[in-house]
Amino acid sequence: MQAFEYAAPTSLKEALSLVGSQWGEVDVLAGGTDQLSLMKDYIHTPKRLVNIKGIKELGGITKTAAGLRIGATVTVEELMSSAAVRAEYPALTAAARGITSPQIRNMGTVGGDLCQRTRCWYFRNGFGLLAMKDGRSLVPDGQNEFHSIFGGGPAYFVSASSFGPALIALGAKVRLVSATGTRELAADKFFVAPSSASQRENALAPNEILTEIVVPAARSRNATYEVRQKDALDWPLATASVALRMKGSGIESARVVLGHVAPTPWATPEAEKLLAGKSLTEDLAAQAGKAAVAGARPLSGNGYKVQLASVAVKRALLEAVRAKA
Amino acid sequence: MPNYAYPPMETRRVMGKRISRQDGTAKASGKAKYNSDVRPPGTVHAALLTCPYAHARVRSIDTREAEQLQGVTAVRVIGVAGRELNWAGAEVAVVSAVTEEIARDAVRRIKVDYEVLPHLVREENLARAGSRAKPAGEQVTGDPDKAFQEAEVMHQGEYGIPVITHCCLEPHGQTVAWQGDKVEFWPSTQNIAGIGTDLAKNLELPVTAVHSHMDYIGGGFGSKFASDLWGVEAARLSKASGGKPVKLYLDRAAELTIAGVRPSLYARIRIAARRDGTLTAWESQSWATGGYGGGGINADLLPYVYRNVPNRRINHSAVSTNCGGARAWRAPNHPQLSYITCAPMDDLADKLKMDSLDFFLKNADFTVRPAVYRAQLQKAAEMIEWKKRWHPRGDSGPGHIKRGVGLAVGTWQGAGHGSNCRANIHPDGSVEVELASQDLGTGTRTIIAQVAAESLGLPINAIQVKIGDSGLPQSGASGGSTTVGGVSASTRKATLNALEKLLEAVAGGLGAPLDQLEAVDGKIQVKGNPAKSLTWKAACQKLGVRTISETGNHNPQNAMGLSTAGVGGVHMADVSVDIETGVVRMNKVAAVNDCGNVINPKLAESQVLGGVIMGVCAALMEQRVMDEMTGRVLNADMEFYKLAGIGDIGEIVVHMDITPDHDKRGVIGLGEPSTVPTIAAIANAVTNAIGVRAPVLPLTPRHVLAALERRSA
Repeated sequence: MQAFEYAAPTSLKEALSLVGSQWGEVDVLAGGTDQLSLMKDYIHTPKRLVNIKGIKELGGITKTAAGLRIGATVTVEELMSSAAVRAEYPALTAAARGITSPQIRNMGTVGGDLCQRTRCWYFRNGFGLLAMKDGRSLVPDGQNEFHSIFGGGPAYFVSASSFGPALIALGAKVRLVSATGTRELAADKFFVAPSSASQRENALAPNEILTEIVVPAARSRNATYEVRQKDALDWPLATASVALRMKGSGIESARVVLGHVAPTPWATPEAEKLLAGKSLTEDLAAQAGKAAVAGARPLSGNGYKVQLASVAVKRALLEAVRAKA
Repeated sequence: MPNYAYPPMETRRVMGKRISRQDGTAKASGKAKYNSDVRPPGTVHAALLTCPYAHARVRSIDTREAEQLQGVTAVRVIGVAGRELNWAGAEVAVVSAVTEEIARDAVRRIKVDYEVLPHLVREENLARAGSRAKPAGEQVTGDPDKAFQEAEVMHQGEYGIPVITHCCLEPHGQTVAWQGDKVEFWPSTQNIAGIGTDLAKNLELPVTAVHSHMDYIGGGFGSKFASDLWGVEAARLSKASGGKPVKLYLDRAAELTIAGVRPSLYARIRIAARRDGTLTAWESQSWATGGYGGGGINADLLPYVYRNVPNRRINHSAVSTNCGGARAWRAPNHPQLSYITCAPMDDLADKLKMDSLDFFLKNADFTVRPAVYRAQLQKAAEMIEWKKRWHPRGDSGPGHIKRGVGLAVGTWQGAGHGSNCRANIHPDGSVEVELASQDLGTGTRTIIAQVAAESLGLPINAIQVKIGDSGLPQSGASGGSTTVGGVSASTRKATLNALEKLLEAVAGGLGAPLDQLEAVDGKIQVKGNPAKSLTWKAACQKLGVRTISETGNHNPQNAMGLSTAGVGGVHMADVSVDIETGVVRMNKVAAVNDCGNVINPKLAESQVLGGVIMGVCAALMEQRVMDEMTGRVLNADMEFYKLAGIGDIGEIVVHMDITPDHDKRGVIGLGEPSTVPTIAAIANAVTNAIGVRAPVLPLTPRHVLAALERRSA
């Protein structure tokens, strides 16, 4: 780990005065579950680290008129054990439960989950975000069993975020604050597939801090289903988060968002269209799963993920209608 | 000379009992100090610079900036200009500094100019290996061509089991201090008696210069015998740092890249039988890699366990790859050979429309121990409820969860190694047993104490066991499951030799000849006359100020019936497979193993539990992922190098074959055979569940779904 300056501000204002103007200068530390390994592996070598865990206003889960406000430094465990979250947003609770290490749940934060870097093994081995060597990506002809099946490059990694798909399905917004202003972005606009290695996997600017997430009142049946090989400490191979607005026993409208299959959480309008105006049956859920992956373009070694994503959609839908509204 | 034979099973008081491991509390509470926790005063820390290319030549290396960094105590170059490096992770330079952080920073300041050379890192496609594949020469028994022509039923298929690593919880490394002409050495090793000799040779020092210490080890599995380049370099850094102790342990990435692997094994198999299920012929064309040195697989053991099949043709090629090298991995050859044999046998049984259990039973005469295998197959079948659970291939029940059972067999040698032990009986009644041996976590300390206690008629807590110091009487390295047989025999002899001296000291007082005295229940008594006795303490007081110190030697060439070789083992697995996701869940593994005279059934079962867990990991998850484009290990971490967690393991039931017939064979090792059959048993269970073979391990969702897709295509 390269030596760095450490700052532990107690106010957001102070923190914003400490962040950098370009990537690489300053990193923000919250739970550190990703940040420290990035630094130990010399993937990130910031000159300064700004610890935001001591900033009270970034914590807490509160119910507001706009919905549920989740502070960026709320831990995964706090989110998972929140009765308010569980009652209205089982899709979020299930996503939290999918982070199968109690240590990471206790340290890791919701904001950190959204801002963490990809787990792509080329990236983690120092080949850059787009895994380029001699002008071309290593991924399509390399070891790509855990890589993306959507998007078609040049980014082939998958977004590591557990909450991203559920937040998008639930119509959440994230708040990004800099010294010069505040902006709110719909969660699906927060995630970005980079086209160059100097970009990030999200819309955050180097001088901004993600401060909170606002999830509107659900008024939906929602669920997350994850396909993981291991019960213990493992990344999902594919996930699906769904939110269904119901009219009687039928689906008025649906959001279906896949995780771990693309450089960003991957919305599937094909599945959403198919579901609108219908009553969910096992057959319809399976059809929606197939529709969701109709546009998949798997690589040499990850065709199996197409099936997994499809099954995740089917099972998330069935789980959502089983669950209480 | 005392009679060293063990007392009859039914009269043993300490041996054969389910005694908990003596160091369990120390380990669970953190009181036990592993050598990676040992930090003598003044310790400096070392870090390695390794090669980022799978094949390269060093053009030049410049260490000046590292040397100038404050806190650096020494820098040593391994990859001198002109040196060819044959795998990514090969050691290039090593630095010691007052903190680990400075050492790592210093390593990054070393500038190396490499000439990058062509490499090969993946071996699963033999055709691509070209001249890197070296055929070992054909071996033929009987007339395989004729047998295949006349075959009534034949199966052919291609199977593969990848390279995996040892994943020791405690990585490889050591702390070492070279002061003047003496070296104090704290390695993580399976070879406390011999590792110092190895280090001394590498440092060109007399053997007596090195003193090795190790109380506890966090796993070795066959990968920790030698002093290793990093040990030798740590010693040289110590000397260059003015004799300060140097601590150098591999980080997890280096551990998974250069600290040893288990070779892969891929094979094209043909196997034939008569319609009644009698095996008639085996043919295999196999290949493997164990890194740059090629593939350390002994294919001549095929077909594994069922080797006496009358007609066989064996071809094997060792593929040299630009990867970190192989080391012994818990039963070298055997898990791979068990899979490469038991999977095609299971496939042939399916073709014969036979229950696999009946097929393996029917051919038991082709094994070297037919009666043992028959009994073990039947016992394991009972434990897994085979007759209830087995069905023809493919669970035909409704739903996407399919259940199946599978079985496999194993064997191992496991005779005791050469071992010396010293037993001291002190006038205050205390007893020490001393050996330069080591407890790999298997319970060696405990079984030494049990043998000593049994021999001296004492409770186990009356025995102090001293191991883990090269200054003690020399005992073999812990490899090949040889420790239990060796240390039990030498301990038996040393303690009975010491007891004889004690009996000599008290015989006169008890008014009986030596051969009429016995040590039981904490007393020395006249045989058959407990009234004529002395307590152990009173007897020892007769020694005055003299301590009895007697040795015992176990020579494998003259085992005197105390240890022998050759065990069996049958494991059966019960799994559920989600055929929509390809995720395999373990329901249960039933393991039946024999290891002769079982000194401690609880510890033996514990060994088998560990062996089965390693088998579950290897069957379902483990693989070292090499990338041909970059030449690197992509998953040198515990994130994508997957191991099972508690929730992934399922139920494990163990049956140790403890019978007078097995017992009379003497003490035999169990560590390795306990892991051998699990992998193939699980693979066969998955096949039974889903109705199709996923021939290449591990059984990840990717491989399972690919097999299902082939079936529906």
